[in-house]
Amino acid sequence: MLAVIIIGVIIIVLLIIFVSTYNSLVGLRNQVKNAWAQIDVQLKRRYDLIPNLVETVKGYMQHERQTLEAVTNARNLAQSLSGAGVADRAKAEGELSGALSRLLAVVENYPDLKANQNFLALQEELTSTENKISFSRQYYNDEVLRYNNKTQMFPSNVIAGMTGFKAGEFFEVKNETEREAVKVSFSSNPPASTGPK
Amino acid sequence: MWEQIRSNQIRSMLLVVLMGVVLLLLGFFLGSILLESPTAGLVIALVVWGIMNLVAFSQGDSIVLSVAGARKIGPQDHPRLYNIVEEMKIASGLERMPDVYIIDDPALNAFATGRSKDHTAVAITTGLLDKLNRDELQGVIAHEMSHIKNRDVQLMVLASVLLGSIVILSWYASRMLFFSGMSSGNRRSSSSSGGGGGAAQLIILVVGLVLMILAPIVAQIIYFGISRKREYLADASGALYTRYPEGLASALEKLQTNNTHVQKANKATAPMYISNPFYKKGISANDLFSTHPPLTERIRILRTMSGAGYADYEKSYEQVVKGGKVMAAASLTGQTVPLRAATAGTKDGEYQEKVNRTRETSDLMWKMNNYKTLECENCGTRLRLPPSYNQPSVRCPHCGAINEVDTGR
Repeated sequence: MLAVIIIGVIIIVLLIIFVSTYNSLVGLRNQVKNAWAQIDVQLKRRYDLIPNLVETVKGYMQHERQTLEAVTNARNLAQSLSGAGVADRAKAEGELSGALSRLLAVVENYPDLKANQNFLALQEELTSTENKISFSRQYYNDEVLRYNNKTQMFPSNVIAGMTGFKAGEFFEVKNETEREAVKVSFSSNPPASTGPK
Repeated sequence: MWEQIRSNQIRSMLLVVLMGVVLLLLGFFLGSILLESPTAGLVIALVVWGIMNLVAFSQGDSIVLSVAGARKIGPQDHPRLYNIVEEMKIASGLERMPDVYIIDDPALNAFATGRSKDHTAVAITTGLLDKLNRDELQGVIAHEMSHIKNRDVQLMVLASVLLGSIVILSWYASRMLFFSGMSSGNRRSSSSSGGGGGAAQLIILVVGLVLMILAPIVAQIIYFGISRKREYLADASGALYTRYPEGLASALEKLQTNNTHVQKANKATAPMYISNPFYKKGISANDLFSTHPPLTERIRILRTMSGAGYADYEKSYEQVVKGGKVMAAASLTGQTVPLRAATAGTKDGEYQEKVNRTRETSDLMWKMNNYKTLECENCGTRLRLPPSYNQPSVRCPHCGAINEVDTGR
């Protein structure tokens, strides 16, 4: 009788540990997913801002047609690839960042433009969006680190292995020195979506 | 609320519990002296505490904001500030965007408040908004966001309610004792000499009196101790969120060189500000009664950081303060986090940026006073119309073009 009770208690304790670990794994994985979605939101926001930017600076920059076209093309390419393969997308986003920073460098030669209220507002929005892209990437990586620690450390790794939680992938910037540029290597899927089947 | 309080907060929580113990002891002894019933004293202490809690957690944040004279702004009022708050919301992983408030005050300061995770706010003075560049402002906002993310705002509400209850109890008790001592001194002395436990009652009386005098002081020291610790931690988290400790360091430096006091700050709200609003030169550095660690020390710690992680902060803290730890070991997992480069414009751009910042802030102040602004369609000059202006059109004083006034507002 006593043995039965002891075994019962042990089973219940194990069950509680199992359920709570499983739930915290799910919670962490959802956090990772949510963080991933935030990056996407900011990338989309950048697509929306660029036509406005081009429209505003067009009048001032007659001689920079090529620079402007480069930005527009890069933006259209990046947007059309937003559902496509990862390597392509990473390349497109990188080119867009490059074209944008060339444009903003050229702006220095146009004092009139720098006094334009509309342009200043857009520049602030663009700077902020670039920041938001990098902060959401940073947060995503922090969350992936937490999630991965949980899936790889004992004892939660046992439960993660049993229920099919796989480690998430970091969202890495290739060129660390160039902060403005969002040259990113997208992983094949939102890495967070690997879960129990 | 408690599940998210991490290992760093445990020590602070213990201090809050200690304040609670002081409150109960005070209630117990004052009850035995004044009402001759320790239970009644305990009940009164708990009731006072309960009422104050009720007020603090239902109205606390709005009281603090209105006392400070803060006004809520939207994304259009000051895009840069609003964007930076959004950036830090993303970096810290907060679920809800805090409300953004502005205080019309030339002093340089900022604070965060909130009573629950759904009611949080950051507030900043116009003086500070005007003086800081983007990176510095980001550092300050990151510091305030860490107060929200680390749940410091609620912890401080809890602590200040305890402090308030202790102060109120001892204040009223001292008045009561004084007057009852005058009027019914005879009755009291006869009753205590009549009883058998005269010595025990004397001890209770002495302990009660000592507590009455010391409790508010002790509670204040604990309160300020919690506040100082939270400041270091918020600096550390701020550095981690921005990956750029220099931004906060140079903002703090600007605070240091400016010693205008926040007009509407008072002693109760002082611990909420980013730097002590009553900062005076010459106050001893590790003063027990200081709400904030000395700015020079905070700046030095931030500047000696070789990375942006908690472990990096801890390392430079130990280097600068020499002795003592600021963080619990459990929170120091993870390797060093790389820093990033500055984003602020070049030296030449700095002046232009300053002009724009000043213009932005003054525009905001006009808008808050119900002035209408519109840009001349012809030359782009910004026209400001007083609230009493009611003509359908306005002539631009610069180029003479006639502009329609949007009468919708």
